[in-house]
This record gives sequence, structure tokens and C-alpha cells, in this order.
Amino acid sequence: MKKILKFLNVNFIILFFASCGSAENNQNNTNEVTIGILAPLTGSVAHFGVSVYEGLRLFIDEYNARGGLQISYVIFDEQGTPTEAVVGYNWLMDQNVAAILGSVTSGATLAVAPFANEDNMPMISATSTHRNVTINTATEEPWGNVFRASFIDPFQGEKMAEFAREIIGANTAAILFNSETDYSIGLRDAFSQRATELGITIVAEESFGNDTVDFLGQLTNIATTNPDVFFIPAYHQDIALIGPQSALAGINTVMLGADGWDGALSYIGDPSPIEGAFFLSGFYAQSTTPIVQDFVANYQLRFETVPNMFAAQAYDAAKILIYAIEQAVNDGYSPSNNNFRNAVIANMANTDIDAVTGHIVFDNYNNPQKTAFIIQIVNGEEVFWGNF
Amino acid sequence: MLFFSQLINGLQLGSIYALIALGYSMVYGIIRLLNFAHGDILMVGAYVALFSLTASFDPWLVITLTIITSTLLAIIIEKVTYTPLRNAPRLSVLITAIGVSILLQNLSQFFFGASGRPFPVHLLLEPTVFNFFGININNNSIITIIVTIVSMIVLTFIVKRTRLGKAMRAVSQDLDAARLMGVNVNNVVTFTFAVGASLAGIGSILYALRFPLISPNIGGILGLKAFVAAIVGGIGSIPGAMIGGYTIGILEVLVITFGLSGWTDGVVFLLLIIVLMFKPTGIMGKNIAEKV
Repeated sequence: MKKILKFLNVNFIILFFASCGSAENNQNNTNEVTIGILAPLTGSVAHFGVSVYEGLRLFIDEYNARGGLQISYVIFDEQGTPTEAVVGYNWLMDQNVAAILGSVTSGATLAVAPFANEDNMPMISATSTHRNVTINTATEEPWGNVFRASFIDPFQGEKMAEFAREIIGANTAAILFNSETDYSIGLRDAFSQRATELGITIVAEESFGNDTVDFLGQLTNIATTNPDVFFIPAYHQDIALIGPQSALAGINTVMLGADGWDGALSYIGDPSPIEGAFFLSGFYAQSTTPIVQDFVANYQLRFETVPNMFAAQAYDAAKILIYAIEQAVNDGYSPSNNNFRNAVIANMANTDIDAVTGHIVFDNYNNPQKTAFIIQIVNGEEVFWGNF
Repeated sequence: MLFFSQLINGLQLGSIYALIALGYSMVYGIIRLLNFAHGDILMVGAYVALFSLTASFDPWLVITLTIITSTLLAIIIEKVTYTPLRNAPRLSVLITAIGVSILLQNLSQFFFGASGRPFPVHLLLEPTVFNFFGININNNSIITIIVTIVSMIVLTFIVKRTRLGKAMRAVSQDLDAARLMGVNVNNVVTFTFAVGASLAGIGSILYALRFPLISPNIGGILGLKAFVAAIVGGIGSIPGAMIGGYTIGILEVLVITFGLSGWTDGVVFLLLIIVLMFKPTGIMGKNIAEKV
């Protein structure tokens, strides 16, 4: 049954995009380049995938409206699983795409990266934060062809440890993390290492799993240690349960979070338990910078909601990739040219643009060098605290 | 002191498991059916509570509406899908139950969306934490434990002291003999489903108080844990379901208390394996030889 469904699914995608122009025919025509998108549009992380897909579409359509080079795309729904992501990658390669935008979660991107490297395929993930996404772990060398538009987990964990020490003046900290996601483990490792270096004692460290709804046991343990700060590197749906339950456990400590907290307020009925919490984010929708205001206005006009960080990073990822493709085409490389991929990769590495998540240049590991926004929950609203 | 706080957390969690396990156990006791749609009835109940609360209905009206909807839903499911299969092989009914579960989950995804919705707990009960001789106790867990115990007393009264309860016990002992004695078996089965579902309705509100994020898949994991509780306690036995629920709830919290928070599910399923190995009928289960 599953096979039949998958077959229908793929055919649906082909039919849908066949009407937008067949992918294969475009490759000889430099006025149009087809790129492939990998994103989970169904499954348990679909909410991330949908936001990313919206951000990508917004940029691609705005770009095409300017005239000149036209970008078309094919998308594969990889359902948030590494195996489906690899299937999707192979399928996109069969469609002769010129470059890959994806995937969304670290697990899926980690699975695809080695294959993309073998094909020397230009690839950028909007949201994968795991350290190893852009690195060949066998040699500890960067893949070269794999880029990202998001922060990396170690950066976030270290930043929040520094924030706890320098701004809050914490001497003790407690951590509650998801032991089943690479994201949460990576942040826990970085936070506790940096915090210890800075002289903060980790008084409690508790974990939970993907399907956990009951956190009260862990939170009661943490409450007895009475820490100065409470670091929770988790996704927003977990925060919606951890917040209210930490009030029941009697925790009144300052909570710290990372970019997984983005959008948590829309999942929480009564925000008072997380009042005063700080979290690090790659994007701030209320920013007064014109480029951000334009993006937010256009996004709201089209999708009738305020863009979250995932949509913003996707918009930037599309911008980085498409500008690199445009440059390569202007330099006379068509996607059928053998050096097209090298040219796109070189152009991406030289990225130096203003984007909605800040000014972006890449380091030697193809990670963007951006400043972090610290957001605080004040009176149940996300308020920009400052750059840190 | 930490131990006592955690014990109360475990009792609260166990209460929720026990309420759902009762629904599994009663239905199994009557018609030997593992009603896998039971957890999903709780999920629908939680959505009813969520929407009626958001529409600022009176809290008592919200509770009544939730219990009535869950009960009606279970009766409809029983009449439409299980009654026509009364004489079908047990496996067919089991597969139907799984089908109903998937149907309820997907319908909820279609109508209410796949991602979670916050449950406005503060509209029902303002969370308060009391400090009782150094033990942190919240009003939420006290209410859950009391409501569960009262529900169980009422249930025991129904089963032991009423005519319908007598009929239920008769049907569970021997369905055909009960029918020959003039018991309306179909009504008794429907009544059993209704009682189980009303407990799930109560459970859905208690669940939402402690876990205020409602999504279409909450019934799955919760149902599985309650199912384990019913097996551990002895499926088919009402006191067994209560004991099983509290055992699982307290065990989970104790594992966390001793610093093994990553191992909760592992320990719960290990207990299931141990029980199945040494006492396959569960703690309160009776050993009855199957007639061939």
C-alpha cells in the first residue's frame, strides 16, 4: 500500500510540474534554470517544511518577476526522514536539476550531503543547524559543495552560555534536552562545555524523548536544585508543554532557549510560565531594517501570516543560491556545461549580501557569519532584546 | 521531600493512565476486543473541551459537553462498526478497531490541522503550587487524583450494585449463557462502551490540564501506555486496570527521580515483558483455560 501511495505521490509531483514546463527541456536554454527542493511537507516536522517552502517560493517568484533569468523548481516531499531524503535526492538528480535547496532538518541533510558531494552538486540548506552538515566527518574537512543559511548548533549553545554568564550573572545552570534529536544534543554539549569554562556549575541535566508529553518528573528534579538559569534547547511544541509544567513544578528561574523556540508563543495557551525567557534567533520580524520590512510585508500579503525564522532563512538560502546561479550564467556557463557546478559553488562561497537574517558571508566551513538576535518574552510577546 | 513530590506526580500520571486503561479493560472483559480507537476518543474529547473552552463556555458546561460527546462518539462507533461484526472472527473486529483509530486521527488532522493547539488551562483552572512541609503540590494533581478515585468508586458501584452491572458481569463470564438467561447482550455491550468512553471523556480534561497541547496523535502514545497498564494489571479486570495504571505512572516518575530520564519508556516496556514472562494474565488476572 505504501509503495502505491509513494508511486502516486511522485507521479502527482511530475504531473504538477510538467504543466509548469518540463524540466529536461530547460537545460539547453540558459534563460531558464531548474532547481530541486527537498523539504518535508507531510509528517511530524511538516510545519518546518511548509514554512521553508513558503519562504523559497516567495523569493523565487519575486526573482522571476524582475525578468531576465527565470528559475523553475521541482520539489520532493521527504517527510522529514533521512531515507526518504536520499530517495528524493536521486529523484531530483533524475530530473536534471541544476542545484539543490534542502533539506530542512539536520538529519535529512546529513544523509543527503555525501551523495551531493559525490556529484559535486551545489546544495544549500536553509535550516539545518547540526555542525556536521557541511563537514565530511571522515576527514573533518568541509564538503565544499554544501552550504547553509542558518546558525550552527555549537555557536548557539556557546552564545547562550556566554549570555548566561555575562548578562544574567549565573553561577549555576540546569539543562533539559531531547536525547533523541541531534539538534538538542549538539546544543546541550556546546552549552555545558562553554558554561563550565566560564565557571558556571551545571547542577542538573535531564533528558526526554521525541514523544514525551510528561516533563513533570524531570522538572521536579530540576526545581530542587534551584538553578540561576534553566537552558532548554528544544523545539517549540516541546516548549508549549515544558512551560506550563515547569510552573506546576514550582520553577521560577530565567529560562534560556535557542532558535527552536521561534514561534513557541503560538503553541502556548497561557504564556506566563515562560515570561522573561531569553532565546537566540536568526531572525526578528519586527526589525526596522527596510529589507526585513519589505520581506515581512510581502510574505504577509501572500501567506497571511508573519514569517518565522525558518521562512526567513529559506528566503535567504534561495537568494544565495539563485544569485550564484545568475552569476555563473552571466559568466557564460549553462547548466549543461561541465564547469557550471564548480562556478556556482565558487560564487556561493564568495557570497557577500545583505539578507533578511543579516549580512551574510561564509567562513571556510560554508557556515554563514551572522550576528545573533536575542529575543525576550515580555508580557506574552516576543520582544527584541538586542544583538549579542 | 523530592521523593514525595515525585510520588504525587506519579499518582497524577497514573490516574490518567488508569482512567484510560479501564476503558480498554472493560471492553476486553465483555467482548474480548482490544479497542484501539479508545485513545482517539480521548483525543476527540480533548478537542471538544478545547473548542468549547475557547468559545468561553462555562467550565461545568465544557466538562459535561466533553463527556457527552465522547460517550456518544463511542456509542456511534460501536453501533456502526462493531455491532455488525458481533459474530465475525475476533481478528476482523481488531483490524476494524485499528481502522477506526486511523480514521479518527486522520479526520482530526483534516479538520483541526496536524500541528498542536494550545489548551487554555487558565480558563478552567488557575495553576497554583502549595508548599506542604517542603513538598511541592499543585492543585492540578490533587484534582486529578480525587476525580479519578471518585470515578473509580462510582464505576465499582455500577458494576457491583446495579442490574446493568450484574448483566455486565454475566456477559463477561459467558456471553451465550447470559443471552439465554434473557440478558440483552447488545445493550450491555453498548453500555460498556459508553461507560468506558465517559471515563475517557473525564480523562481527556485531566490530560489537557497537565499536557496543554492538543494534537491529533495524542491518543496514540497515551493509548499505548494505557494498554500496557491494562495488560500489566490484568486485562479484563477493573481493579487490575487501576493497579496497572498507577504502577506504570509511579514507575515512570521514579525512573526519572533516580536520574534515568532517558530510560522511562524502556523500563515501562521491560516491566511489560517481565509481567508477560512470569504472569501472562497480569497482576490481577485470573488463569482461565481457553475452551477449544
